[in-house]
Amino acid sequence: MFDPAILFTALLNGLTTGAVYALIALGLTLIYGVLHIINFAHGAALMVALYAVYLLHERLGIDPYVALPFVMAGMFAFGYLLQRSVINRAGHGKDENILLVTLGISIVLENLALVLFHSDTRNIDTPYALATVQIGPAMLALPKLIAFGGALVVAALLFAIMRFTDLGRAIRAVAREKHGAKLMGIDVDKVYAMSFGIGMACVGAAACFLLPAYYVNPQVGGGFVLIAFTIVVLGGMGSFAGALLGGLLIGVVESLGGLWFGDSLGQMGVFAIFIVVLLVRPQGLFGARV
Amino acid sequence: MSEALLQARGLSITFGGLKAVQDVSFDVLPRTLTALVGPNGAGKTTLFALLSGFLKPGAGTVQYLGRDITGMAPQKSARLGLTRTFQIVQPFGAQTVRENIAVGAHLHEPDRRRALQAAEAVAQRVNLQDNLDKPAADLTVGGRKRLELARALAAQPRLLLLDEVLAGLNPSEIDEMIPVIRGIVDDGVTVLMIEHVMRAVMSLAEHVWVLAQGRLIAGGTPRDVTSDPTVIEAYLGHGTAERLKQGGAR
Amino acid sequence: MRDVRSILLFGVLVAGAAALLQSGVALTFIMMSLYAVLLAQSWNILGGYGGQLSFGHALFFGVGAYAQAIAQLTWGWNPWLALPFAIAVGVAVGLIVGALTFRSGLRGSYFALVTLAFAEVFRIVAVSVPFTGGGVGLMVPLHASVANLQFGSRRGYVFLLLGFVLAALVFTAWLRHSRFGAYLQAVRDNENAARAIGVDPVRIKLGAIAWSAAFMAAAGACYVQMFQYIDSGIAFGSTISVEALVGVIVGGAGTLWGPVLGAAVLYGLGEATRNMFGEVPGISMVIYGAVLVLIVMFMPRGLTGAGLSVRRMLKGAQPQSAQQPPAQQQDDRKEEARV
Repeated sequence: MFDPAILFTALLNGLTTGAVYALIALGLTLIYGVLHIINFAHGAALMVALYAVYLLHERLGIDPYVALPFVMAGMFAFGYLLQRSVINRAGHGKDENILLVTLGISIVLENLALVLFHSDTRNIDTPYALATVQIGPAMLALPKLIAFGGALVVAALLFAIMRFTDLGRAIRAVAREKHGAKLMGIDVDKVYAMSFGIGMACVGAAACFLLPAYYVNPQVGGGFVLIAFTIVVLGGMGSFAGALLGGLLIGVVESLGGLWFGDSLGQMGVFAIFIVVLLVRPQGLFGARV
Repeated sequence: MSEALLQARGLSITFGGLKAVQDVSFDVLPRTLTALVGPNGAGKTTLFALLSGFLKPGAGTVQYLGRDITGMAPQKSARLGLTRTFQIVQPFGAQTVRENIAVGAHLHEPDRRRALQAAEAVAQRVNLQDNLDKPAADLTVGGRKRLELARALAAQPRLLLLDEVLAGLNPSEIDEMIPVIRGIVDDGVTVLMIEHVMRAVMSLAEHVWVLAQGRLIAGGTPRDVTSDPTVIEAYLGHGTAERLKQGGAR
Repeated sequence: MRDVRSILLFGVLVAGAAALLQSGVALTFIMMSLYAVLLAQSWNILGGYGGQLSFGHALFFGVGAYAQAIAQLTWGWNPWLALPFAIAVGVAVGLIVGALTFRSGLRGSYFALVTLAFAEVFRIVAVSVPFTGGGVGLMVPLHASVANLQFGSRRGYVFLLLGFVLAALVFTAWLRHSRFGAYLQAVRDNENAARAIGVDPVRIKLGAIAWSAAFMAAAGACYVQMFQYIDSGIAFGSTISVEALVGVIVGGAGTLWGPVLGAAVLYGLGEATRNMFGEVPGISMVIYGAVLVLIVMFMPRGLTGAGLSVRRMLKGAQPQSAQQPPAQQQDDRKEEARV
């Protein structure tokens, strides 16, 4: 169990999974940072994206990585419309109802998937699914390596948008001071919808990287929601760096935990961290002091 | 010299780099009405939070009735007779005026029916008796301020900290409130009030403390304090006292 | 008191219907409706009157159910004896979770999340350890007799559940006319203002979570008696948590009859759906979720209209810290985004 090769493999696996977690968490933390809502439907959205990638592959023969831009665009549109038409309306001008509405949306999405696809677990077969890469003493599945790289690239892209584009500046302005931004002529509602859409696009990207090495069923959303929240809380609500580092950390914890205690108890380790962080240091590592 | 009801000694608190309250020491004598004034951002509300236990000071102590209550939880000091109101009113919006006040009354009255009756009596004192069954959220600003006061009164305080209870009221509402506040002190309650409405301070306060940039810069009768050059400068800027004096001499 | 009279009337009507009706279908409908109502009433105590939205309320249901099953199977207890034990276990878990979370000042969305995490942790543990039957669950042998708290017909269960439902109604009515209830609602509506006039928020919330957990655990124990089976997915899964919550929001949170109305309507809706589409897994939950979204969007005060607007409950989106400039304490939005 403490064989360095196995440990190293588990570590690498944890990092690659963690990068994808980080991408999911980035979307969540962006949505929180800008809209100040806890998007409970985040996990369900990931599930929707996973099914989309699945169907694109099974019905149209499109490779997940090729599908990446389309899935991202589709998820962006999905998020934009959802925020604009449902979530914004439920706010009644305040963001306090949102938790229940996003919960409701997640329930609808998950169970709709259950109705349409039944509870069967599905996965896809790609030609490179079984390919492995040797890194030191560890053998890493190629899809996981691609996931790691891809997640970081998308995260960098997101960062670039935030930093260097007008949209990014508008988003940061709204996140910081909504009323001031409005006075400056920024269309806050549109920024909200765009931010939500971008958050969903991150989830879409994550799905493309995830499916080749993973699976999909209607319940996956639930598992990812709590992990995403754990990361965001650990890293600090609204903090990009926190989501990235938190994601990698949680991925490693889950992997090592699974190695030593078995899969389900490994997951429990993550939730235990979640509870402890909330009780002891709710602002997380990089969050603003609450 | 009568024993002070409230004694603050060396109270200080810092937020990040900001010294919100610095080394504040003062006494409040029983059955008096003392005003706490100062320019905006002086730290008055922060000082109230320190006195009532909503914040723990970085240094200094608060003594009440001869007891050290520094950092004591607000609900505990409330049971000892120290209550406060809030600058931004905090009504229990979903509940009626009567129910709101009754929560205060319950501090000393466990029976529901009697608490509700006590609430009616207190409502009379602040002229809210016609609104008893209205939801608190439906009151005007003036009404909410009076509700805030009534709720604190119902808790039968010995020392009442009023945070800008007159802010946002129109002149006739202020005229109505001044005798009410006077009446509270006449009934034996000690009042320490943060106030910007100067005519209320002049007519009500027996003693005034002036806070500026976290420090107590003056204390005395209302007349003393308003003619104190340091106080004038704190409000109107450096050199103003001198200019005013010169302008008056011409 | 008007409340007591309407509760008595309700009890007489339902008991009367149960005594007179012969149809198994009708009795099952009443039984399952009462069960849904009990779940909703439990949640309403902490969520509606206390303003603490729990997303993992199944936690208390599950421990009650498992306690009921384990006491019978492992220790050979009579189920009538196991019942108060199950409730006590629920209360204990409620107090522990409450002590941990309320002392840390967790509120609003953070509280909702942490309750969900707790439920998940228990679910994972329950599926992994042997004394809960692991993944297989626990089966209580079928042996219908009143002494064994199992009834040959649904009628017996209707009366059992009705007892708890009436107790919950009486308790809720007491909340509306007592100091504890006044304090609880004060903490919900404005915790700082409540503290300033002598209310101890942690103590009050602990009381609320204890009672809420008690009724939830009772529901769990009744479930075991009704169906003779429990597993971790049922016990701690999201279905129960969601049912408890949605019924209250739909009917009107923080009211006496809102949860009754809401839960009954939802259950009826679910039944109608099942009749129309058959036993398609997930179909009724889709309806629940959609109803939740629609109610929050268009009727936030719930069907009774007098129910608290959901938004009033969700004050305080972040955990409270004592050390803060007062001006910020009055602003719900505390965090700056680090984007």
